[in-house]
Amino acid sequence: MASIPNDHSHDHGHDHHDHHPTSWTRIFTTTNHKDIGSMYMWFSFAMFISGGIMALGIRAELFTPGLQVVRPELFNQLTTLHGIVMIFGAIMPAFVGFANWMLPLQLGAPDMAFARMNNWSFWLLPPAAILLIGSFFVPGGAAAGGWTLYPPLSVQAGMGMDMMIFAVHIMGASSIMGSINIITTILNLRAPGMTMMKMPMFAWTWLITAFLLIATMPVLAGAVTMLLTDRHFGTTFFNAAGGGDPVMFQHIFWFFGHPEVYIIALPAFGVVSQIIPTFSRKPLFGYASMVYATASIAILSFIVWAHHMYTTGLPAAGQLYFMYATMLIAVPTACKIFNWLATMWRGSISLETPMLFCLGFLFLFTMGGFTGLVLSLTPVDIQLHDTYYVVAHFHYVMVAGALFSAFAAVYYWGPKWTGWMYEEKLGKIHFWWSLIAFNVTFFPQHFLGLAGMPRRIPDYNLQFENWNAVSSVGAFAFGFAQIFFIVIVIRMITGKSGIRAAAKPWDGAEGLEWTVPSPAPYHTFETPPVVK
Amino acid sequence: MSIFENKTMLKKLIVFTAIMFAFGFALVPIYRKICEVTGVNDLLRPDQVKNTQIDKSRTIKVEFDANTRHLPWDFKPEVTALNVHPGELTTVVYEVSNKTARDMTGQAIPSYGPTQAAMHFKKLECFCFAKQDFAAGEKRLMPVVFLIDPELPKDVNTITLSYTFFEMPNGKPAPNTAPEGKLNMKQAALNAVPSANHTSVN
Repeated sequence: MASIPNDHSHDHGHDHHDHHPTSWTRIFTTTNHKDIGSMYMWFSFAMFISGGIMALGIRAELFTPGLQVVRPELFNQLTTLHGIVMIFGAIMPAFVGFANWMLPLQLGAPDMAFARMNNWSFWLLPPAAILLIGSFFVPGGAAAGGWTLYPPLSVQAGMGMDMMIFAVHIMGASSIMGSINIITTILNLRAPGMTMMKMPMFAWTWLITAFLLIATMPVLAGAVTMLLTDRHFGTTFFNAAGGGDPVMFQHIFWFFGHPEVYIIALPAFGVVSQIIPTFSRKPLFGYASMVYATASIAILSFIVWAHHMYTTGLPAAGQLYFMYATMLIAVPTACKIFNWLATMWRGSISLETPMLFCLGFLFLFTMGGFTGLVLSLTPVDIQLHDTYYVVAHFHYVMVAGALFSAFAAVYYWGPKWTGWMYEEKLGKIHFWWSLIAFNVTFFPQHFLGLAGMPRRIPDYNLQFENWNAVSSVGAFAFGFAQIFFIVIVIRMITGKSGIRAAAKPWDGAEGLEWTVPSPAPYHTFETPPVVK
Repeated sequence: MSIFENKTMLKKLIVFTAIMFAFGFALVPIYRKICEVTGVNDLLRPDQVKNTQIDKSRTIKVEFDANTRHLPWDFKPEVTALNVHPGELTTVVYEVSNKTARDMTGQAIPSYGPTQAAMHFKKLECFCFAKQDFAAGEKRLMPVVFLIDPELPKDVNTITLSYTFFEMPNGKPAPNTAPEGKLNMKQAALNAVPSANHTSVN
């Protein structure tokens, strides 16, 4: 595209020459979707490790009852920042990174539609990360009222909360620009002949996710803006002293917050929908129903927000409505799960690492979905609200759902990015290590929650000691598994396996991304391919 | 595809984003309206009374508590506690005086202990239903007329009705700043206990 300023004049049409700028300023000036995709992924991994260290701080404190590792104030800051950093810093940028790398390759486009805006949407993220991490070191410490930023705590908190609010603004702007870019790329830059219903599922899920993002991120930006003006400019949106209502914040927040859950889950569904057909050597079962199921999940996600608020005193009619609407989401979700199972049915399955992670995803995400269904029941939720059962539930869908499929994507597309295969044995060790450690960490939290252990509290009753100790051991094992993961990735980048990746390293893979060499040249599809 | 088409798409999506940002703020009046129409959480409306039969078999102790926040007014009930039967219409008078030398507007917000008593505590007349204007130095007696619903759970024998008066300058809510007195108290406490140097937020 004309908007790639660097050495465009040298680069007319020869892919093999693979010119790219070599100066260190490239990381600031690049508008290349592959560069930016890689930077998103490195950023995401850095934030994943930061958020992971916070999580290990929490688990170290909870290893035994009593207060020993961190002070309660710091504990609250750790739980708050762990949530925000993992959601906005780790998971969302990881999938935006995959979208940047893979969407132009999958659609036969030369780059993203707005290449310079792409650079900007990435470079907004590091300042946000600095604000978040830096807030630990200001007077009063980081925001400590939970990642949901509920007033009155968020209205009363110290300057760490202001840093958090600005970080959310910046990350929201970044996501909105990224989404506008993705929507325009998907709608306008598809190769000739690629109709909407011929698009890869990953493109479909990202298209729908991007619409969710531009519909909900501005609402979150509005909510935190109201917090900011309540804090500093005398408005009383949420301040009861001036006639405001703290519960109002929850309504506005969850209008964003519930679609956000699917913003995280849908691209993961897209990745899984690419990988399972590849390793089952069968086309995706029920492609059209997958598209419609994804769209229905997205639409339903806007009308169920108050199931996060059953204990705020909703009228019974409201509780009933939100309960049934929430249960309805299980239908399109189950449709997707059964389509994946049907794709594998009688397929000629092989269990390479990406497929293992997808199977792990399928099993654990379904379990997280079931506990979600349990929590959708109002009378049950009132018992389990803010207990470790909820923590277990959303880690099953976020970690086993989004994170496992992100690992699957790295193993699946990594050879295309780096030109080298990863070491299969190490990948499998990473999978089994993560799977076991994950379950050791989070499965006992179901028991703790059912027994009544509240979340976000640094100390607990003696009766909860055993399962907390097990959970903490699992958490540290899971953390070390991810150090092992980055070792595998660095060995893949440096070609330690000694096996060069073919243009199409997976024999069952389909799609335009496998028609370009591995590693993908710096500029691809300058002449659009024709899809029949 | 031409750059032109991309720009058109960009404009449409930016407009959509701006509309959603405005929608976030529009949710505030929308929710208020929904609460008003459906009668959820409307603190300022007198309660409807269905059953006025007096249940002499029970006696409930009602305690009256009065506070002010950021407001240099005197605010106290004439009696601190009353024994009433469920269903019995009761009046209690509060004495309010503006101690400052300026005209002020305040509003009282009720709360109840235990919380489950709130839905059985029916106020027919209350100064908390409206903003109250007080001239400089003005003193007024203001009544609350209430009855307790006989369906009050059996295990509730004492109800605390607590009012807090907030200032609303020019009909607008007060800025959220801590009163000077409290800050000084906190500072004094910190000075008195040198080890209490933790930086808890508020």
